[in-house]
Amino acid sequence: MMNETKNIMIVGVGGQGSLLASRIIGNAVLLKGYDVKVSEVHGMSQRGGSVVTYVRYGEKVWSPVICRGEADIIISFELLEAARWLPYLKKGGVIVVNTQKINPMPVITGALEYPDQLVEKIKAKGIKIVAADTLKLAKEAGNERTSNVALIGLMGRYLGFDVETLKESVKISVPAKFLEVNLKAFELGYNYEK
Amino acid sequence: MKKIMLGNEAVARGLYEAGCRLVSSYPGTPSTEITEYAAKYDEIYAEWAPNEKVALETAIGASVAGGRSACCMKHVGLNVAADPLFIGSYVGVGGGMLIIVADDPGMHSSQNEQDSRHYAEASKLPMLEPSNSKECIEFVKAGFELSEKFDTPVIIRLCTRISHSQGIVELSERAEHELVDYVKDPTKRVMTPANAKPRHIIVEQRLNNLSEFADNCDLNTIEMNGNKPDIGIITSGTSYNYAREVFGDSASYLKLGMVFPLPENKIKDFVSNCSRIIVIEELDDYIESFCKKIGIIVDGKNLLPKTDEFSQDLLREKLLGIKSESVSVDDKIPGRPPVLCPGCPHRGVFYVFKKLKLYVSGDIGCYTLGAAPPLSSIDTTFCMGASVSSIHGFNKIRPELTGKSVAVIGDSTFMHSGITGLVNLVYNKGQSTLVILDNRITAMTGHQENPSTGRTLKDESTYAVMPEDVALAVGVKKEHIRTVDPLDIAEFEKVLKEELASGEPSVIVCRRPCALLKGVERLPAYHVDADKCKSCRACMTIGCPCISMTDGKAKIDETLCTGCGLCIKLCRFGAINGGNK
Ligand SMILES: Cc1ncc(C[n+]2csc(CCOP(=O)(O)OP(=O)(O)O)c2C)c(N)n1
Ligand code: SF4
Ligand code: SF4
Repeated sequence: MMNETKNIMIVGVGGQGSLLASRIIGNAVLLKGYDVKVSEVHGMSQRGGSVVTYVRYGEKVWSPVICRGEADIIISFELLEAARWLPYLKKGGVIVVNTQKINPMPVITGALEYPDQLVEKIKAKGIKIVAADTLKLAKEAGNERTSNVALIGLMGRYLGFDVETLKESVKISVPAKFLEVNLKAFELGYNYEK
Repeated sequence: MKKIMLGNEAVARGLYEAGCRLVSSYPGTPSTEITEYAAKYDEIYAEWAPNEKVALETAIGASVAGGRSACCMKHVGLNVAADPLFIGSYVGVGGGMLIIVADDPGMHSSQNEQDSRHYAEASKLPMLEPSNSKECIEFVKAGFELSEKFDTPVIIRLCTRISHSQGIVELSERAEHELVDYVKDPTKRVMTPANAKPRHIIVEQRLNNLSEFADNCDLNTIEMNGNKPDIGIITSGTSYNYAREVFGDSASYLKLGMVFPLPENKIKDFVSNCSRIIVIEELDDYIESFCKKIGIIVDGKNLLPKTDEFSQDLLREKLLGIKSESVSVDDKIPGRPPVLCPGCPHRGVFYVFKKLKLYVSGDIGCYTLGAAPPLSSIDTTFCMGASVSSIHGFNKIRPELTGKSVAVIGDSTFMHSGITGLVNLVYNKGQSTLVILDNRITAMTGHQENPSTGRTLKDESTYAVMPEDVALAVGVKKEHIRTVDPLDIAEFEKVLKEELASGEPSVIVCRRPCALLKGVERLPAYHVDADKCKSCRACMTIGCPCISMTDGKAKIDETLCTGCGLCIKLCRFGAINGGNK
């Protein structure tokens, strides 16, 4: 057992379905026998707002939230959200991002612009960022809606768990009917070469 | 069995295991899922009441009948339920009763920050505060025991970070709880002044007994680290977690599981063993004031804020002077506020309000988002039901604006507390217009049934109380009760203009189900023909998140578009095509 608490943030846009992602990680952590806390967002922000889920695990977890400079891994369903939550990343942490862009209202109304070249700009700060179009991977797997699971797969290598535990967790977390396509999406993510 | 469980689910599990028979609630973030999870147990009768006052009175009735009961709400719900709360204190219980209230420090999904602990003190009811999912189960059970032992309703206080955090819990079987015999006793339950006077004396005695209990119970725990520790921390609930995270074994803790009444002797005892005391509590200086009242010098709100929620980061900075390090990109990151969904039936209504430049007396629900740009059409949002009651006051002072103003409310909010406002409007000769956005569900809090949907929380079909019928019953004339499809904005605008000009109290029901509701058909998506688009941005004035400007032309994200057809009505150049057109 490690004595330090590990911090994983899952960020995205309300309605993108971060609950499944946190459930997969939560169950994997449980399989490993750690203490765990997961903090979710319900209510107002789910209507297309910026949302964040915290997963923390270790021998004993107290606080359910993750603060600036504390995240070991940030998983982002959307590019701008990766940049927004970047200050939460720990020194030496990893960002795993789906490169899909969803314009927020200030961009839609023309009040502000969606910053360009975000992956490069994050990289230029000396940060490890793993980027992929997981929607494409999901389509390849056979179902657009497995994009989140492909992203979890992409993150899989950085979690420090064996791949079997993660697959087992996918099994527990998704409906049996969609297991095969989800496992395929997971593997496409896990084996993705940049 | 060990499981990972959401705080709210754990509360429901506690209700189940404790043999609770009835739960009556009104939804409200962050409390909603408690009642939803409770409804999944066949052994618990669970329902959505139209509002928190009705819910609490229902729970009181069940308790009088001898069954264990509970009522759940968000912090502001307790304001609505305050009347039965105070009288419930005098009446006591038959079967044990819990009032479960979830505060929202940080206002993740609320109109204010409110500290429910003051209600416990004011109503003289004991209050327990769990700090994780495991304690949610344990404290619910302890609450019922306490309730029956001291003949008192018990308040369980939660907050967003407890309700909406998952943690590991230990499950047990349900212990059925026998019905307590009902014996008629007007001196206990008929609160006339003659009966209430002796009851008040009993309440004060009960409070003394509860204080003694607080001093000795294991809900309040002391954890001493070191002989004469430097720092002693008094805290409770989620603040305990942050404190523990930051100070670890370098401080000692008095963790209060029972936050009212506070354990005077235990606090004094703890304090005498520490050199310096810090009270760590979110929102008001509630524990701190008590400490000061009993003559203890503490640090607290001199160092920590009364606003917003806490975190380990905040405690580290404010109490230890350690600032966190972080990196960021240099670009300005545009905010991402919540927005009405693609295809939301509310959108067109606010577009018309804006077009007609009306004063809009708003209310609370998804449609509050009509206040955000680019729709920007709401003038006021106070509390549930206030749209219709406050427009009445507004128009009494400025009668000349009656035809230039409108109140807007959702179906659930109308049932919650809009009806009495409409009664007032009719009774007191108002002439205002009320628009009811009937999307057939309580959407904002995640799709709960309500009296107008025709279904119950237990997923049975039932009578649907229609807003039109209510309006007619309270005296709005039949010809001034109109029903329209809010996607037909031309028709809505015409009807609205007629009613605003009528000089009579009127109700317009905009009926179309929420776009996210199960069974609502998604129509084929629309797209913009770039050659026809003149870049006039007319389609962008409705704030649909599917439409953006790409390379100078409007573009529709076809994976998100529901084909509602609203935007095509705004394009004068026929550039938007596809869908069912
Ligand atoms: C007293 C009180 N109880 C509960 C809430 C939480 N809440 C806010 S709006 C709302 C209901 C919204 O439903 P509806 O009026 O039908 O509008 P919709 O979201 O469906 O558009 C609820 C439950 C609150 N703000 N105040
Ligand atoms: S959930 Fe329904 S009512 Fe709420 S914004 Fe979305 S479509 Fe509109
Ligand atoms: S039809 Fe137009 S307004 Fe409706 S969802 Fe599609 S893009 Fe948005």
